[in-house]
Amino acid sequence: MESVTPSNIFKDKGRGSSVGKAGDSWAHKFFSYLLLTLIAFTMIVPFMWMLSTSLKPEKEILRRNIFPIEPTMDNYSEVINETDLPLWYKNSFIVAVISTISVAFFDALAGFVFAKYEFPGKRPIFIIFLTSLMVPTEMLLIPWFIMSSNPPIGPSWVDTYWGIAFPGVITAAGIFLMRQFMQGVPDELLDAGRIDGVSEFGLFWRVAVPLSLPAIGALCIFNFLGNWNAFIWPLIATTRSEMFTLPVGIQQFSSEADTPWNLIMTGASLSVVPLLIVVIIFQRYIIEGIALTGLKG
Amino acid sequence: MISKRNSREKASPFRWTLAKKKIVWAYIFLAIPIVFFAYIRIYPTFFAFQMSLHDYNPMAVEQPFVGFENYEKVFTELSKKKSITKSAFQNTISYVVFGVPIQLCLALCIALMLNEIRFMSTLYRILFFLPFVTSTIAIAWVFRMLYQPRFGLFNVILQWLSLPQQPFLKRPEQALPSILALVIWQGMGFAVIIFLAGLKQIPRTYYEAAEVDGASRWHTFRYITFPLLNPSIVYLLVLQTISFLRMFAPVIAMTEQGSGGPLNSTTTVVLRVYREAFQSFNMGYASSMTVVLFAMILGVTIVQLSITSRRIN
Repeated sequence: MESVTPSNIFKDKGRGSSVGKAGDSWAHKFFSYLLLTLIAFTMIVPFMWMLSTSLKPEKEILRRNIFPIEPTMDNYSEVINETDLPLWYKNSFIVAVISTISVAFFDALAGFVFAKYEFPGKRPIFIIFLTSLMVPTEMLLIPWFIMSSNPPIGPSWVDTYWGIAFPGVITAAGIFLMRQFMQGVPDELLDAGRIDGVSEFGLFWRVAVPLSLPAIGALCIFNFLGNWNAFIWPLIATTRSEMFTLPVGIQQFSSEADTPWNLIMTGASLSVVPLLIVVIIFQRYIIEGIALTGLKG
Repeated sequence: MISKRNSREKASPFRWTLAKKKIVWAYIFLAIPIVFFAYIRIYPTFFAFQMSLHDYNPMAVEQPFVGFENYEKVFTELSKKKSITKSAFQNTISYVVFGVPIQLCLALCIALMLNEIRFMSTLYRILFFLPFVTSTIAIAWVFRMLYQPRFGLFNVILQWLSLPQQPFLKRPEQALPSILALVIWQGMGFAVIIFLAGLKQIPRTYYEAAEVDGASRWHTFRYITFPLLNPSIVYLLVLQTISFLRMFAPVIAMTEQGSGGPLNSTTTVVLRVYREAFQSFNMGYASSMTVVLFAMILGVTIVQLSITSRRIN
């Protein structure tokens, strides 16, 4: 291995926060970049294939050319005009927005209470919330389905937005995350507010929430992504095509004998691309958010 | 606890009422979440247990109590030489046993490489991360197309390399690894991010000391990076094991009519539950399988807790 010289140590110090460079060398770096580029390539190729197929005319689908010879938007107009995909888009969006707003509000509120209030039964309630994380949703699917078909009041929840969204309108993981974050809100600030006559809800809304916006933002992004991509419960909770969400709709494209690859790839592109743009814009928050929640977990 | 506080704070009636007011508000704020958890999470958990003890069919007039018959059925199926339920459990275990180690090893290698570079590292991170945030159903269909015999990209590449064409999803022996490849590919970026965060926590002075001592790259990894990365590794092991145990969407998207074929070679416990409960309406039997799945997940969690608490002690 490389000998340690004073110049070597100096060079390493100049490199700031990066770690793990015992015996660094030019060749090693080159090799890392080569491998990383190769892996990055395998990450993009399926997306490129998806987009390229969505632009192919029908007669080119079963040919072995990778890029379309005569690119066309026909698949997009067919998917938008002749299938329920615009409705699925709308449904996915509504469900994701409803549950994200609800999660942001109730998880933050419950997190605030668990972080800043003392009341009898606090520990058992918190523990019960957390243990519910251990029960896999798969175990609850069948009971939820029975409950949705015969709710205690009102008509069936099947094929309604509430029916798709209800399992995720409050999340234990979110409450836990918000509690961790809200513990950092200074008590002095809350007491000062109380002396000034701010209501308890006002303290939450005007003191705790503004101070926790980064965590609430991360929670919102994850929740939106999770709901947009959710599959198994929307599959069970919807029976009519008009109420499908995007993943459920894409899955049902194939139910005919022939697989309409061009339409599936177009639907997949339409479902993935807007999300990729959002992710690229918010990538810093998402990556930091995962690291934050991941290490706490 | 309350009476103690009362006696302490009796001197100032203002604070006493404030404490009481805060308790009342805490309950008001928590009212909706408590009702939600009780009705949407806790009650259904017990309902699932109860259902597993009945011959529960929503189409039938009666749901007779059958005791542990559903569980007996699960275990008879498992002890048979060949049954769909047995395939489901066997495949699920294969997904876990092969998927988790391969995914984590790849992710660790990528994270170590990413940690050493500065130029373009954000770009790489985004690229590795993209599959994780895309819809599993959409990307599974893309992979299903890539695996197609005549026009799929993988067979096109094999042809370029003059290698024999492969049936991939069409042959029982190849279907499970093919699906596994998608799942590993899709979830790897998440593990990379967690590993990178873990690597950042390791104090730089350790590496400087190692360098002064002339430690080799392998020794630095073996005696510094790997042991100090242990919390991230345990966390990911548990999380990924649970997520592979719950595998459903890739299989339903990548197999003919979502059957878990060919010849049940890719079917999973959750797919089996879905088909029994919502296509055959054997909800009691399906519930008993979810309880078994729950027990498996609980086992993994308990192992994690015992490892983590041992480390703290």
